[in-house]
Amino acid sequence: MLTIVFATLLALTAASYIIGRRRAYAVVGGAPENLHSRPVYHGAFVAAWVGIPAFFLVLVWLALQGPVVDVLLVQSLPAEKTSGLDPAQIDLLVSEIKSVAAGNIFGQPDAIVRAAAQQYKSWQGIAQWAMFACALAAAMTGLALTRRRISAAFCARHSVERVMNIIMISCSLVAILTTLGIVISLMVEALRFFDRVSPAAFFFGLNWEPQIPIREDQGTASGAFGAIPVFTGTLLIAGIALLAAVPTGLYSAVYLTEYANPRVRAVIKPILEVLAGIPTVVYGFFAVLTVAPAMRSFGETIGMDIAPNSALAAGAVMGIMIIPFISSFSDDAINAVPKSMREGSYGLGATKAETIKNVLLPAALPGIMGGVLLAASRAIGETMIVVMAAGLIARLTANPFEAVTTVTVQIVTLLIGDTEFDNPKTLAAFALGLVLFVVTLILNVFALRIVQKYREKYE
Amino acid sequence: MSDTATAKSPAEYWGSEEQKRKTARRHAADKRLQYCGLGAIGLAILLLGILVASLIRTGHVAFVQTKVQLEIPLDASRIDAKKPADANYRLIVRNAFRALFPNVKGNKALRNVDRILSSEARFIVRDYVIANADMVRKTVTLELALSDPFDQLHKGVIPSQVEALTLREIELFKTLVSRNVVSIENDRAVVQVDAFIDPKKILPDNLAFGEYGSIVKEGFRSYFLQRGADTSDTLLAPDAGDALKAYVEANLDSIGKTAQVKVPLAGDYDAIFKGKVPMKTNPRFASPEQIAAFKSLEIRGLLSTPFNWELFFNSDSRFPEQAGLAGAIVGSFYTLLVCFLISFPMGIAAAIYLEEFALTNRISDLIEVNINNLAAVPSVVFGLLGLAVFLGFFGFPRSAPLVGGMVLSLMTLPTIIIATRAALKAVPPSIREAALGVGASRHQVILHHVLPVAMPGILTGTIIGLAQALGETAPLLLIGMNAFITSAPGGILEPATALPTQIFSWADSPERGFVSRTSAAILVLLGFLVMMNAIAVFLRQRFETKW
Repeated sequence: MLTIVFATLLALTAASYIIGRRRAYAVVGGAPENLHSRPVYHGAFVAAWVGIPAFFLVLVWLALQGPVVDVLLVQSLPAEKTSGLDPAQIDLLVSEIKSVAAGNIFGQPDAIVRAAAQQYKSWQGIAQWAMFACALAAAMTGLALTRRRISAAFCARHSVERVMNIIMISCSLVAILTTLGIVISLMVEALRFFDRVSPAAFFFGLNWEPQIPIREDQGTASGAFGAIPVFTGTLLIAGIALLAAVPTGLYSAVYLTEYANPRVRAVIKPILEVLAGIPTVVYGFFAVLTVAPAMRSFGETIGMDIAPNSALAAGAVMGIMIIPFISSFSDDAINAVPKSMREGSYGLGATKAETIKNVLLPAALPGIMGGVLLAASRAIGETMIVVMAAGLIARLTANPFEAVTTVTVQIVTLLIGDTEFDNPKTLAAFALGLVLFVVTLILNVFALRIVQKYREKYE
Repeated sequence: MSDTATAKSPAEYWGSEEQKRKTARRHAADKRLQYCGLGAIGLAILLLGILVASLIRTGHVAFVQTKVQLEIPLDASRIDAKKPADANYRLIVRNAFRALFPNVKGNKALRNVDRILSSEARFIVRDYVIANADMVRKTVTLELALSDPFDQLHKGVIPSQVEALTLREIELFKTLVSRNVVSIENDRAVVQVDAFIDPKKILPDNLAFGEYGSIVKEGFRSYFLQRGADTSDTLLAPDAGDALKAYVEANLDSIGKTAQVKVPLAGDYDAIFKGKVPMKTNPRFASPEQIAAFKSLEIRGLLSTPFNWELFFNSDSRFPEQAGLAGAIVGSFYTLLVCFLISFPMGIAAAIYLEEFALTNRISDLIEVNINNLAAVPSVVFGLLGLAVFLGFFGFPRSAPLVGGMVLSLMTLPTIIIATRAALKAVPPSIREAALGVGASRHQVILHHVLPVAMPGILTGTIIGLAQALGETAPLLLIGMNAFITSAPGGILEPATALPTQIFSWADSPERGFVSRTSAAILVLLGFLVMMNAIAVFLRQRFETKW
């Protein structure tokens, strides 16, 4: 049905473009030089007013149809069926009716449900046809109104360009809308979570056991949502990753900028960048398949007990992923140091190593720090590697050979297979998500500012 | 430095031993840094190599599939040619397969033999018969997949036999050997045991009824007093007591005393002492007879390993030998299609506005900061957004490529906007000015002149953004695109999986066969990524104009 609606609208838009253009030729008797705007603009003007309003009407209709039909459905149910039910139970009933209407019948639905399902189906059909009719009406109205305006003096180009401007502005506002959407959706769910679990218990509690169902009478006092071990686990793994990646990335950048000849550089730089292009799920599998068993058997030979999902394995693999970030940011920063500084140092007789250590790195330090901060934010927010290679149990430890869990692991495990947002378990994921978003946002803003300031300094 | 300067004048210092030593040290430091840099690059490339090599090593076997040639009589008594879908194909396939092993008797053994063939084989036969209804009454020869353990066995991924003893058991035995109490007698490894021949455990008038076994064990345990002796009993042969019995029968006066007796060791330890490696049947298989049946198929030449087309044309399955990527590839295609249709036009429109029209004011600054930040927001947060807004608020269907594509398009948008702005910036002002000079409006300048020139750059950025989106996993997990779905989706509203989420669910599966399938799926994903990036590089080199 939807496909038919959209195809019809598309065909109508194309047709109205042709109608508009023909009309423009007709009003000037086939001499387009007498028009203010070229005929294509007249066509585009008509097409825009036919297609865009109808398209938006369909979108709004689709967004509202579900909730409206639900409300109608609940009101149409006989009172004895709904009396004494709380909203969650009514939701359950509605979804049962819907699944019966869709033909997925489990067990024996009672007569009321079956009747309601029939009702629901017929309403759905009515709504679809009504939408189709409204969209057609909107398109036709647009066609009738705009076609009449076409004349030799009509400034169709100006109108079309105004419409284009509005479209372009709304497209660039999507970035702001996305950020707003993230903040609002995380805030709303996180506030619902903090209604049930006090923020103090969340931010300062030492015990994280979200999978254990909390009894009603026990309420939130059990303290099972203390996120400190989750935060420390995240920091431990991210710290290991940075510890592995920063020296490697920095040394590679130094070699590539200062020692390598351009041919070598042209080969090696893309190879390093391949590391950044590999999907993280691949790194996660690599950690599970190769790195963790290798570490475990190495630990066995020297008599040490390394957990199969140790923080070390996850952190080390994450470090591999981050190397190209550090190396390309350091590369840019070192390259941005003005030639005069480098040559001044050489002129005083310094070796390359001395120049790098005493001149280039201090000058490039802000840029490198910016890169490290961005890499840190990447490491904290990285999900798949830790979901596959790190642990699920929150443990308050700084031992890299033990299994720890991270914020992102908890978000994914709490939400996989769960869509009901009414228990602290799923809501906790949004609280963690909010913390993650805020922390990475601060790191990003800070890092971008450093990098930008530093660039301005030398430009 | 300063004290040497005071000690010697520059002329004296220059060329002196001390100066040479210092210069050499400084140059050595320079070399050291250079080698450190080379080492770092080498390490990074080595790690990349290990990653790819380990994926290829485990994944290449999944590109072929072990199959058995099976003659299946399609009796009219079992299959109704008019309703071929209703026949009992499980029985037909089972009987045809059992016919290969006339020597196997007994229900348990036959059931073990059945397990060599994939349990999905009946569906393959059913589909074949439905497609070729005229073959009923004839005997057809089909190639059917073996079940996972035997597929792995045939490919040599897992052995049919494994070492019988654990490292700990061997360690225990070695302590015994180092005490020089193990020797060979009558071609059997024996151990010398100090056994206290307890009169209470033996009836003096009837020597046949003694608890010789427990006497030997007690004596033997004294070797392992520090270790906790329970496991040590398994080192002795089951007939160890008989050796003591023979000794007591020969030396009746030893009752009540401690005697040094040599008792035989268990077969596995006997083999180790003779320098062999004792083996046992791999616990993945039911019995040695099952493996023998499989070997007989191998010897008769009925097995083959053709290219595994099922990997590309089947959808997901609980059975590794039938699981394929078709559903995931189609799902990824729909997801990327939605992502492209949303993010490409929107990204270009936003970039044109920001680059060409926007005044530098608070709002455009805000937009710019937002775009830069969105590019660095963790992907799992976008998943949370999709879950809360698209699924929770708007009520879109779960697991649908539509929602996946919408979420990914929000992540791809910043990439496309940034690439498009860079491409627009690279168009020289002379083109704009010439167009404006002949009377084009600003919109016409951009649409007719700037955008076509910038298009290769924009497309390159878009393809790179889409390649990133193809590998993105976490947001898709949160909106349920890791569901178990056994058919390819027919549209953007049907439940689907994507390649990376399929990799994630296979990596989580316990069956051995999914390890190589996961690696193979990763190789397929990497293949797509390499292809997309190659197209991007090609576009850049072929069409991008340098001004």
